[in-house]
Amino acid sequence: MTSADTRAAVIPADAATPRAAAVAPGQIDPGIGRDATAGALATPRRRGRERAVRAGEKRAVFGNNWLGFAFAIPQLLLIFTFFYWPASQALYWAFTLQGPWGGANTWVGLDNIRAVVTDPVYWDSVVRSLVFAFLSTGLSMLVALVLALLVDRELTGNRIYRSVLVWPYAIAAPALGRAFRFMLAPEAGLLAFINHLWPGIWNPTINGNEALAAIIFAFAWKYVGYNFIFMLAALQAIPRSLLEAGAMDGARPLRRMVDIQVPLLTPTLFFLLVLNITDSFQDSFGIVDIMTGGGPARATNLMVYKIYFDGFKGLDYSGAAAQSIILMLLVVGLTFIQFRFIERRVHYT
Amino acid sequence: MLPISRVFATTAAGLVGLALTTSGSFADPIKFDFWYGLSGDLSSVVQQMCSNFNKSQSDYQIVCTSQTDYDTNLQNTIAAYRANKQPTITQIYDVGTATMLLSGAVMPVYQLMADNGYKINWDDYIPGIKSYYASSKGDLWSMPFNSSTAVLYWNKDAFKKIGKDAAPKTWEETADDMKALKAAGYDCPMAIDITNNESWEFLEQFSAIHNQPIATENNGYDGLDAKVEFNKTSFVKMATDMKSWYDQGLMVIKDAKAGESYAAAFAAGHCQMTVDSIGDHGTIGKTAPAGMHWGTAEIPMYAGNERHNSFVGGASLWVMRGKSADEYKGAAAFLNWIAQPEQALFWSTNTGYVPVTRTGFDFMTKSGFYQKPEFAGREVAIQSLSEGTPTPLTRGTRLAVMPQIRQEWGNAMQAIFAGKIGVQDGLDQAAQRSDADLARAAAQYKGATLP
Repeated sequence: MTSADTRAAVIPADAATPRAAAVAPGQIDPGIGRDATAGALATPRRRGRERAVRAGEKRAVFGNNWLGFAFAIPQLLLIFTFFYWPASQALYWAFTLQGPWGGANTWVGLDNIRAVVTDPVYWDSVVRSLVFAFLSTGLSMLVALVLALLVDRELTGNRIYRSVLVWPYAIAAPALGRAFRFMLAPEAGLLAFINHLWPGIWNPTINGNEALAAIIFAFAWKYVGYNFIFMLAALQAIPRSLLEAGAMDGARPLRRMVDIQVPLLTPTLFFLLVLNITDSFQDSFGIVDIMTGGGPARATNLMVYKIYFDGFKGLDYSGAAAQSIILMLLVVGLTFIQFRFIERRVHYT
Repeated sequence: MLPISRVFATTAAGLVGLALTTSGSFADPIKFDFWYGLSGDLSSVVQQMCSNFNKSQSDYQIVCTSQTDYDTNLQNTIAAYRANKQPTITQIYDVGTATMLLSGAVMPVYQLMADNGYKINWDDYIPGIKSYYASSKGDLWSMPFNSSTAVLYWNKDAFKKIGKDAAPKTWEETADDMKALKAAGYDCPMAIDITNNESWEFLEQFSAIHNQPIATENNGYDGLDAKVEFNKTSFVKMATDMKSWYDQGLMVIKDAKAGESYAAAFAAGHCQMTVDSIGDHGTIGKTAPAGMHWGTAEIPMYAGNERHNSFVGGASLWVMRGKSADEYKGAAAFLNWIAQPEQALFWSTNTGYVPVTRTGFDFMTKSGFYQKPEFAGREVAIQSLSEGTPTPLTRGTRLAVMPQIRQEWGNAMQAIFAGKIGVQDGLDQAAQRSDADLARAAAQYKGATLP
């Protein structure tokens, strides 16, 4: 065996191989920690490729850039038309004073934004929107989690629940609002019997907190199905062996759920949290418009509804544009906070 | 025997020649658009009127489209104008009047009719209606179309039980009647609905009848720098009384979102009085149970005050700028047509709205309209609109942000009724916010003056 052969010898990446055999006599030790498969004179590229081959992967490179871009164009066009263009218009309107009938766009700088942030009613609306977002998300995810865990345990009827529970998500918010308005009406709805027992106890047309509860309930109901589907899929991806191991160790179903299933579910829960909170800021419009109209006494005046009312009924396009910019920043900020602080508690497998 | 092909050719030529000669004698009618904000029953009546107009002549063809409600129609008209696709005629509600006058986007109706050679007797229009839509010089900028006012609906059967055969004329009398009705076992003496929509029935009509200002600058007629004043007038007494009557269970809130609107509650006999538009007179007549005796009366006022005319409500027809001369000819023909007494009779027969001209009203009275049982009671609306001569305060309101002001008022009243804030404080807050909206509108319309 010549020294050249030894140098070029490729030795399997086996931890048991003595390191001394990889180094030909007289050669510099490649160093502790270096990949034992690499020969002393092997170039970095060859080393990388060899490493990849070792690991059993093949790197695929899509050489046709033009085709990739062509695939992306329809989506880019949609995003441009329905997001970037209106958003840039809103940004422009937020810094000018718009007359309702067009023309007369005078630049006013930060005046519109200042008018919005110094308005106590606006902050009241922000607080209500946050309360709505967190309560409806919490309610909807809790119920969906319970349902998903129960269906996962293959209780009776689980095949039906699987298909049926997601249907509410497909209902348009105004239709949902109308149905719930009827159901929760204090005199004619399903809850009317409560008012017979204790007169006047349920009246969302005059009691602000009850109106807020009504829209939270309606919105949460819509998203239970959506959350349920994702959670169920994620639960089914958890290896059965883990649960069986837990059962063998004597853990009861509830303990298994809390200690094994839910922690492994955290990536999905995090994803759903971000989506639910974002949706609660904009999908709630239809429900508020039909069920309460922002009232009573502004109790359900969520930010998104206030934008519509001020812009289209009050004909204050500039103020509404300023509010929508602030809403966008708020949602972006909330998402950022979630990614920064909550994601580190997520257990990714 | 002619060849078949020759027969076919001759027949075809003959048919084409016939078609050409017949079609050549009619020119295509000029089409123009009319957007209106009514839906349901009222919408089908408008469609009927449009087709009647089209059948009555062949020069013009009106194309009528419902925009569902007044708010939507105003928004759509604005959006269409910005995109240069506006309709020729559009129906805008009463509180949109100031917005239209300041827009610079309308062709005044008096000018349109004069330009197209129609002579309309503008003084024939009922004063309370004309002053709402006229410029400071007295020229009508929009054509009154569906006009109404608010009246008191009262259940004659219930009043007979408490020994009365006439509706109350004063609020003091009304309070006594409501207490008597409650004692007689009726648990809803009067139905109300405290939302922004009730501002017209309570705040605005109250202020007109009592000759109280809603805002400075004669309710905005004289300038864009108006400030609201409803927290300083005798309306504060009205609001305090309403709250106290609500607490005593004499005034009950009936909202469609809660199950039954106030008009429906009255029509069903669940509530014995309500203040509502005369426009609902037809609907109440159709939905009331057979044998229920009910009537209308002018809205009560506080004793010791002189009654003035109430505010008109409903909507009027505006003509937009930027259309062709032909379309304007068509629009003028249509507006002239609906001003005829026969059309006023048709419109008022099929809806609850009142005739807008004296001639129309006289024509309908002579034809026995108000003697018919289903229409009796509607003349109260004309009476209410014609009380005395309009003062600077009873012409109407001309505030560009009236929808916002109504919303602030509604919110304040809701908070007051829920017991969250006192009457004066609530009204003061509403006034403060309304003033901010008015200032913003003045900045938006800087440089524009009300005609």
